[in-house]
Amino acid sequence: MNNLNRRKFIKGTVASSAVLAAAAAGLLTPVSAMAASWPKKAFSSKKVDLVLKSLYGSDQVIESKDVKIRAPIQAENGSVVPFSIKTTIPDPEAITIMVTANSMPLTANIKLPSAGGYFSARIKMAKTSDVQVVVQSGGKLYSSKAKIKVTVGGCGG
Amino acid sequence: MARKMKVRTRTQDGMVEVLVLVNHPMETGLRKDKKTKKVIPAHWIQTMNLMHNGKLAAEANLGIAVSEDPLLGFRLPKAKNGDKIQITWKDNKGESGKISAIVDA
Repeated sequence: MNNLNRRKFIKGTVASSAVLAAAAAGLLTPVSAMAASWPKKAFSSKKVDLVLKSLYGSDQVIESKDVKIRAPIQAENGSVVPFSIKTTIPDPEAITIMVTANSMPLTANIKLPSAGGYFSARIKMAKTSDVQVVVQSGGKLYSSKAKIKVTVGGCGG
Repeated sequence: MARKMKVRTRTQDGMVEVLVLVNHPMETGLRKDKKTKKVIPAHWIQTMNLMHNGKLAAEANLGIAVSEDPLLGFRLPKAKNGDKIQITWKDNKGESGKISAIVDA
């Protein structure tokens, strides 16, 4: 009798876990389909070169003085760092902002079909780090870096 | 739930600058609630599009490292006063919002 109950129990758990797995799969599909244009792989990459490879297919960047970063030298609060980027490179196609010391460096990737080479935002920084900006124009990647000191980190906690 | 949005235009360096403010928590999914020690689920804006006279001018893909209540700035070199702009956004939980404005720089 005892043995029979045990069988039933095992059968029951196997069946219910199968149902759970199916439900999870069903729930996940619409979410991933909805964010199809959002480059999930690039945003979850943990290294700068992997982010660039995933977004542009190349991590070859040219250091350029025409990519200008305006940011404080020292930020008191890492959860709100005012940051703006301006470029004089003609026909910028995309701007990518990466905080190299964050666990996921890619902060924002902006495609510019007709807007000018400018973007501003307030960003979160875990600790003192370089911020690297990459501008895509004519199939080439132009890059510039700025170091921002952070007194209190703004990620996790 | 509708979230508050504000849009403002001004002239900067001979271009029209569009500033967009969205009232949004921008949770990273890395933070923990201090009392319950549970991870606060991620909730952040993934995409924001700026339309200028019905045409896509900028498409921003944002990550979790953009601050709470994001204030984003774009510049439109060809915009004139009276032009129509529209901003739409979407987050990872499927919430979305939009706002229209007329350039008055």
